[in-house]
Amino acid sequence: MSAIAEELPEQPDFLWHNPSPKKSYDVVIIGGGGHGLATAYYLAKNHGITNIAILERGWLAGGNMARNTTIIRSNYLWDESAAIYEYSMKLWEGLQEELDYDFLFSQRGVMNLAHTLQEVRDSQRRVFANQLNGIDASWIEPDEIKELCPPLNTSDDIRYPIMGATWQPRGGIAKHDHVAWAFARACDRMGVDIIQGCEVTGIVKDAGRVTGVETTQGRINAGSVGMAAAGRSSLLAEMAGFRLPIQSHPLQALVSELHEPVHPTVVMSNHVHVYVSQAHKGELVMGAGVDSYNGYGNRGSFHIIEEQMAAAVELFPIFARAHVLRTWGGIVDVTLDASPIVSRTPFDNLYVNCGWGTGGFKGLPAAGYTFAHTIATGEAHPLNAPYSLDRFTTGALIDEHGAAAVAH
Amino acid sequence: MLLIDCPYCGPRNENEFTYGGQAHVPYPEDPYDLTDEAWGQYLFYRDNQQGEYAERWAHAAGCRRWFNAIRDTRTYKFLAVYPMGAGRPELAGGTR
Repeated sequence: MSAIAEELPEQPDFLWHNPSPKKSYDVVIIGGGGHGLATAYYLAKNHGITNIAILERGWLAGGNMARNTTIIRSNYLWDESAAIYEYSMKLWEGLQEELDYDFLFSQRGVMNLAHTLQEVRDSQRRVFANQLNGIDASWIEPDEIKELCPPLNTSDDIRYPIMGATWQPRGGIAKHDHVAWAFARACDRMGVDIIQGCEVTGIVKDAGRVTGVETTQGRINAGSVGMAAAGRSSLLAEMAGFRLPIQSHPLQALVSELHEPVHPTVVMSNHVHVYVSQAHKGELVMGAGVDSYNGYGNRGSFHIIEEQMAAAVELFPIFARAHVLRTWGGIVDVTLDASPIVSRTPFDNLYVNCGWGTGGFKGLPAAGYTFAHTIATGEAHPLNAPYSLDRFTTGALIDEHGAAAVAH
Repeated sequence: MLLIDCPYCGPRNENEFTYGGQAHVPYPEDPYDLTDEAWGQYLFYRDNQQGEYAERWAHAAGCRRWFNAIRDTRTYKFLAVYPMGAGRPELAGGTR
């Protein structure tokens, strides 16, 4: 062994095992992303159910969990949204300690800019609604915006001058991979089987009840099955024999090369449409809206990237010298009201968590918490009761399009 | 960026177009006759398959006319474009 190799630290232990699937589990979770992991974690922790398999067709947290821009906030307009996203925020605030894993949760504040009079009014309305729901939101003017985020161009010499912003100081970012690993380790320690490279190819039913799944590693029987497969939820539902009000769209994001820390907060702009933060290592992380068309291709059209870069450079003139290092796409599942579905399905023992669209990362702890409750008890938790599939029949939609502080 | 073959103007860049979602979803003949469930299906449920998808596009920054297309949602490749009102064409070996 060379001298250098001797000085290197020991290869760390693996955080989870790679077991072969057993014949049968109390609960099978389809999807080994953040939502599936969090669901298994809360099933074990809150409901004492540990005979669980998480089935992941690719590798752990390699889907949208690896592709999002890691923004966490709870400043949603409607009461139902404020309740579940704020609950999620409160869980985020305790998770590092609870999971005993530092995933760089950084409450650096999230700023949503307003560039038109209408946006000012809508944003202020959202701030008032947030305040009534006990969320730390406030309205800030350009001088304060400049103080909180110096590289922003708050002058009038710009195509869409910044007229003000909403500000949620408790909002921020976290390191997404580490969040997944933290949950995976906790699940593994509680006896959950995390099975990677195991694609579900069929849902086994017996007289209106789901009894298991067919997979590329054979048939696995299950007391209950929970689907947490984001962009591919419609395909799973079709296997089971029902429809979801979901459209799958590509959502792209990008990072620059590493830079000195220059950008201290998270800035989102609905009107020129970009959101930007700077990761701990130093890369600028940017995203915008979904590509317009349905797609499963894990890529999108380049003009989406071009437009969000133009918006970013307009807002942050110093970014003009940065380079795009990498762009990528994920597949997000969008509902007609831009709110998620955490629900029972037409079949007994089959449950679905989907439709988080572009907001799945921030909602991950509350999604897991409420979905675990629904799977364990067969009933919705008060937080996810409004997010049932029934709302597309009753019309009790939770219309967060635009209202949610950024277009979906 | 997709290159979309408008049946009226020829191939143009994607950012001249607006997406209209699934094609061939007719307005219910008698909406008053529908159950809440069926009305919900009409309003909120659309197919979302992998593979060939019949969908609507509008050439918003060109001739401003709507048309239908068949596109593969995995490769994004357009397999056919055809006018509104025409039936979904049979695709033979990817011809267009």
